[in-house]
Amino acid sequence: MPRLGADMTAGKVVKWLKQPGESIKRGDIIAIVETDKANVDVESFIDGVLEKILVQPSDDRLAVGTPLALISAEAGAAPAAPTATPTAAAVPPAAVVVPEAVTPAAAPPAVVPAAPSPKKPAPTVAGARARVSPAARKRALELQLDPAALAGTGPQGRVTLADVERAAQGAPTQPGPAGPVAVKEAPTQPGPADSAAARQLRMREAIAAAMARSKREIPHYYLACTIDMKTALDWLTERNAGRAVTERLLYAVLLIKAAALALREVPELNGFWIDNRAQHSEAIHAGIAISLRGGGLVAPALRHADRLSLDELMRDFQDLVKRARAGSLKSSEVTDPTVTITSLGERGVDSVFGIITPPQLALVGFGTPRERPWVVDGAVVPRPLLSATLSGDHRATDGHRGALYLAALDRLLQQPEAL
Amino acid sequence: MNETEIRDRVIKTLSGIVPELDPHTLKPAGNLRDQLDIDSMDFLNFLIALHQEFKIDVPESDAGKLGSIDACVEYLTQALRQRAQA
Repeated sequence: MPRLGADMTAGKVVKWLKQPGESIKRGDIIAIVETDKANVDVESFIDGVLEKILVQPSDDRLAVGTPLALISAEAGAAPAAPTATPTAAAVPPAAVVVPEAVTPAAAPPAVVPAAPSPKKPAPTVAGARARVSPAARKRALELQLDPAALAGTGPQGRVTLADVERAAQGAPTQPGPAGPVAVKEAPTQPGPADSAAARQLRMREAIAAAMARSKREIPHYYLACTIDMKTALDWLTERNAGRAVTERLLYAVLLIKAAALALREVPELNGFWIDNRAQHSEAIHAGIAISLRGGGLVAPALRHADRLSLDELMRDFQDLVKRARAGSLKSSEVTDPTVTITSLGERGVDSVFGIITPPQLALVGFGTPRERPWVVDGAVVPRPLLSATLSGDHRATDGHRGALYLAALDRLLQQPEAL
Repeated sequence: MNETEIRDRVIKTLSGIVPELDPHTLKPAGNLRDQLDIDSMDFLNFLIALHQEFKIDVPESDAGKLGSIDACVEYLTQALRQRAQA
């Protein structure tokens, strides 16, 4: 069961789209998994042959790390990840697909040996967080729990052995070596597991876990600047004026493009904090915070937001929002974001000081552009002013770099035709 | 197309954007954004869906005239009439 987002601890297999014996290519959608937030199309990260399906679709919620299928890597196919070599396993040289959200896009996803021995259990989520005591990590892996998802009560939020044991009481006992691990529905969840209310509750719990982790672990700093949007908005109005409704740009697209381009200038804000250090990403995949009807939100990736033209970005943005709200996303979209962008300008909010999505390094926020007095060439004139904010991880960057980022953002938005 | 038919089709089109929409509680003169919590992406998709349904392309400068169900019906009635006369 891949970890599809930092806040995911378990998921259900909804459907298999490939059958045993079928060849699969990297990027092929092999299964649909239901997370607390959406139905996600799980893409293969290697070329190979689907040898065996280990878990049939059902209502069982399986812990992240549970083996779902065996894929044998084709000779000469994409290099298997170096993190694990199938060795002592009793089963032939097959790999279990365990992509990991916290892995930066550039690094190969983790591959674990099939049929792991009890001493070397499947989940490879360890290492995602530093603040887990070694004993707790060992015990969590024995229990096939994700130590990164547990609430720590030790010093500085460290997850202790006691935390793991406590969590284990609400989770299944030691599973069979190769058996799928079902996660018990939390006792607080009313009604059937798939009811809208239960789903809503699970989404809330997932958001709660990710946001609490962020505030517990990430020392945020917050910066704000006011951007005069007259040039950008005038340009947009003119550009949209003659266009059919299907070819118009939303104002948000300008913000996304500018925010992504500005990251090229201050790349240390783009990437992840893993294993006590910043790991920057060359690719800029903007996680767009999308509120869902009925509550909750997701922040899937607009991939390569800095490289797409405004029209391409608009097309992808529209498609992403549509699918996010319909509850159908691709695994790469859920796991790839290297930064988050949120705009609360729809409802008249002045500024948003967001909480960073772990393990990302920054979040860019936009408020509502409002007509306000502004000094231009020594005269006070009415201008549409926008508050742009940056939440940065102070472990990775300092306010000075953050300030340079916001300055770049402002400058880019003054030249909308160049976006 | 009479007004009732236009109204029904506007509401049906909007339901495609806002699946939980309840036509019985929707206030025809009330602001759509406020009543249905739709954002600019939803609204643009609504205009695109209206375009598909009625073959009427609402110019950007007219988008503000479609703030409520009543306003949509009035705008579309007029636009369809103008097209018929053209």
